[in-house]
Amino acid sequence: MSTINDVNICIATPNGSGSASANNILFKSIFKMGIPCSSKNMFPSNIQSMPTWYEIRASSAGFGSRKDVIDVMVTFNPETGASDVGKLRENGLLLYDTGACEESWLSRNDIQKIGFPATELSKQIPNAKIRSKLRNMIYVGVISSLFGISREVLIAVLRDTFGDKPEVIESNLMAIELGSKWVEENQVTQDICTLVTIEGGNKGKILSDGNTCSALGAIYGGVSVVAWYPITPSSSLAETMEKYLPELRMDEDKNPTYAVIQAEDEIAAAGIITGAGWAGARAMTATSGPGLSLMNEMIGLAYFTEIPSSYFIVQRGGPSTGLPTRTQQSDILSMYFASHGDTRHVILLPHDLQTCFEFSKLCLDLADQLQTPVFFASDLDLGMNIRPSEPLELKSPSLNRGKLIHEKDIEAQGNQFRRYFDLDGDGIPQRTIPGNQHPKAVYFCSGAGHNADAKRSEDPGDYKELLDRLLKKNHTARLLAPQPLVETSETSRIGMISFGSSVEAVREARHRMNQDGIKTSHLTLLALPLSPLVKDFIQKHEITLIVEQNRDGQVASIVRMDWPELAQKIDSVLVYDGLPVTAGSVHRLSMEKLGGKLL
Amino acid sequence: MSEAKEFLNRLNLAEKDYSGAPSTMCQGCGHDAISASIRKAFYDSSIDPKQVIKLSGIGCSSKTPAYFLGKAFGINTVHGRMSAVATGAIVANHTLLPIGVSGDGDTSAIGLGNFCHMIRRNLNFTYIIENNGVYGLTKGQFSATADKGTALKKGKINQNEAIDLCELAITMGATFVARSFSGDRKQLAPLIQAALAHKGLAILDVLSPCVTFNNHEGSKKSLKNIRAHLDPIHDIDFMPGAELIEVDYKKGSETEVVLYDGSIVTLKKLHENYDPMNKMGAILELNQAKTDGKFLTGLIYFEPNRPTFTEQLDIRGTALAYLPEDKLRPSIKHLDAINKKLSM
Repeated sequence: MSTINDVNICIATPNGSGSASANNILFKSIFKMGIPCSSKNMFPSNIQSMPTWYEIRASSAGFGSRKDVIDVMVTFNPETGASDVGKLRENGLLLYDTGACEESWLSRNDIQKIGFPATELSKQIPNAKIRSKLRNMIYVGVISSLFGISREVLIAVLRDTFGDKPEVIESNLMAIELGSKWVEENQVTQDICTLVTIEGGNKGKILSDGNTCSALGAIYGGVSVVAWYPITPSSSLAETMEKYLPELRMDEDKNPTYAVIQAEDEIAAAGIITGAGWAGARAMTATSGPGLSLMNEMIGLAYFTEIPSSYFIVQRGGPSTGLPTRTQQSDILSMYFASHGDTRHVILLPHDLQTCFEFSKLCLDLADQLQTPVFFASDLDLGMNIRPSEPLELKSPSLNRGKLIHEKDIEAQGNQFRRYFDLDGDGIPQRTIPGNQHPKAVYFCSGAGHNADAKRSEDPGDYKELLDRLLKKNHTARLLAPQPLVETSETSRIGMISFGSSVEAVREARHRMNQDGIKTSHLTLLALPLSPLVKDFIQKHEITLIVEQNRDGQVASIVRMDWPELAQKIDSVLVYDGLPVTAGSVHRLSMEKLGGKLL
Repeated sequence: MSEAKEFLNRLNLAEKDYSGAPSTMCQGCGHDAISASIRKAFYDSSIDPKQVIKLSGIGCSSKTPAYFLGKAFGINTVHGRMSAVATGAIVANHTLLPIGVSGDGDTSAIGLGNFCHMIRRNLNFTYIIENNGVYGLTKGQFSATADKGTALKKGKINQNEAIDLCELAITMGATFVARSFSGDRKQLAPLIQAALAHKGLAILDVLSPCVTFNNHEGSKKSLKNIRAHLDPIHDIDFMPGAELIEVDYKKGSETEVVLYDGSIVTLKKLHENYDPMNKMGAILELNQAKTDGKFLTGLIYFEPNRPTFTEQLDIRGTALAYLPEDKLRPSIKHLDAINKKLSM
């Protein structure tokens, strides 16, 4: 039965073949029609020729996570053709190039097959240099005609994408039309789905990715020093900052109010932001797991000497090189306990474009407020996959610099200043920065043991007092960091907790469970250390499933550590194959977990 | 009263105003002598300690910033990472005068990579290496500047080539490279003054005998061996730019190097034809000295006017760390435009 605006199209190509551009045009066209949609790019750690898959999902119900069923498969990669065909659902539609197809792909009889001569048609493209790349635009044309994307929409998207290059628009349009005309001339049809324009749908919405929104958030959050070392999947975060900063952050004399430093390694990047934070800048770095490992020693220095610094970690599949271009939430504990000795850190957990934007500033704020390294934990799915969102909204009007004090403040408190003294009982001392001219402002900052007056000390009492105060500060963070979003249902005995890029899949999984008659409550975790609200939530439910994209249930282990008495009331739903989590997998695994317990 | 005033510098500060906490180095340690030269250099150049930041890595040498300029902010960082931390601090506040103290282990072994990249950037920074050829704080292992053939106290002979930090610094593009000896305050203090006045990165490799772990027969960095093989390329004198107008400065026959702030370094040649502005010449002389078992000292290489790292970044005016909120946040109007663009 044909659906309206419900379809999951998977496009299989070799990477570096120009397909990214074609896929983008197709996705943006569906967005432009006002249809709720999302995209997932599953690409290899390679520049050219390895298999890549791009999934475009239209969902009339507005679900944005990856769909676990493929309705339409476009096989443009000879290497994976046979297995790609196998992924297609029963009665699904296979689209292939008759000029680059193997017999074995066509053996399934339970699917619909449309072969079109893309290679042959591409010969009509006059410019031989771009012919092979534009061959991809032919499937855009075929799909647009088969599913109902109008020429006007395609032209509008081409204009948006290649605005200042009319010759590029023209050549792309020509390739698209080779495909769409072939469909029309051969009167080919399909009965999977019809895409129908929704008037006013997606109106005002933006299309972006988490890394872009995090970069913009940091720029609006007053970052002044950025140090980074290229690493997937965080590079685009730093590069987006480099793109927007010159436009957004020049003073009236055209001097930058920022510095971006591409460091020689992650150790240096962490060192640079630590030095900058000590000197009073709002400083951040962006990296992923391997970089985080290298930064560990410096994070310990900043933790122990209480230097504000922000670490934007876009997680990927580890350990080691692991799956550098795949997604995972497996660095939570690496962040939480980063460095040696007794450390415990604050982690922000954005889950959509607005929280990426908002939490970036918040990360810089909390680093200043708590005088410590603060982590912003994104992942490849959230960071790099393009998705629709309401426009970015600046919610917190001013920067929070915490207890950073200046000459007049020291005077006002009777010319007294003790760098590491817990003046307010919240574990957070006052801080001065170099350049402060007050004679009492100066202190010597050292990663060696020190007392409340920043004097070096190996006294056991001083040492324990310092460790305990740092923990107190971490407890303060439980309420200072964003509080979880709780959605409870009175009749529900089951709680679910998710965070980051799992949240959208869990929303859909809960919808499906609800259809099965299983009501659930949900808590979106926005930060670590855990808020007391998490404890309340778990206590209120007979069982709470914590959904994570890692093998060992890292957040669940933090829950057990904080509240061992709740250990029997939680269980983990773990999805960790490196691909963006699907509602189907969360649904299935949740039901398996619940099976023996409640049902 | 008038007598006491003679001991005050132009800022009306006495030399003791440049002191720090009491040293915890071993008695007779070369590092203490270097701290004394640093105090003297700041005092002689009349630099306000409140305008200074002090940095270090980890090791015996890196403890020493606590022992001078107690009125300046300081940070003791991570082993080998002073160069990275300094990069961040200097970018955050380019208006301050930074000085760093590192050791030969800190710089030539664990921190070598970051050291090289700091040099490439020409950070505006005075970087002093207190070089004794051994790890002191872990009780006497070889460092990477240990000379080939030198012996440890327990007899082990170093078979590996030493890293010559001056040669490396010149190769990496350093704009001010000097070598001196902790015991030669007459040479060291003016070199530090010149380094502080230099716009750009100044590397000072200071031989500083470890009296506890590397002062025995067979050690090439023992006090005795260093003294016997010192080979100064010139006698050096320094005149702060600000004082030139106050004294009747007579030009002599010596080589004069005018620094960015107008200060003048006078070099009275001891090596015929030595030109500190000739890069290849400097490297050849360093190599020759190594072959001869000598320690070449003085201002080995100097290049004025290369843009510093913060100049490359166009950072001017108010320090980034002191920018007010209105300078740090773009307008809502811009965000509206970005949203519009992202909405296609």
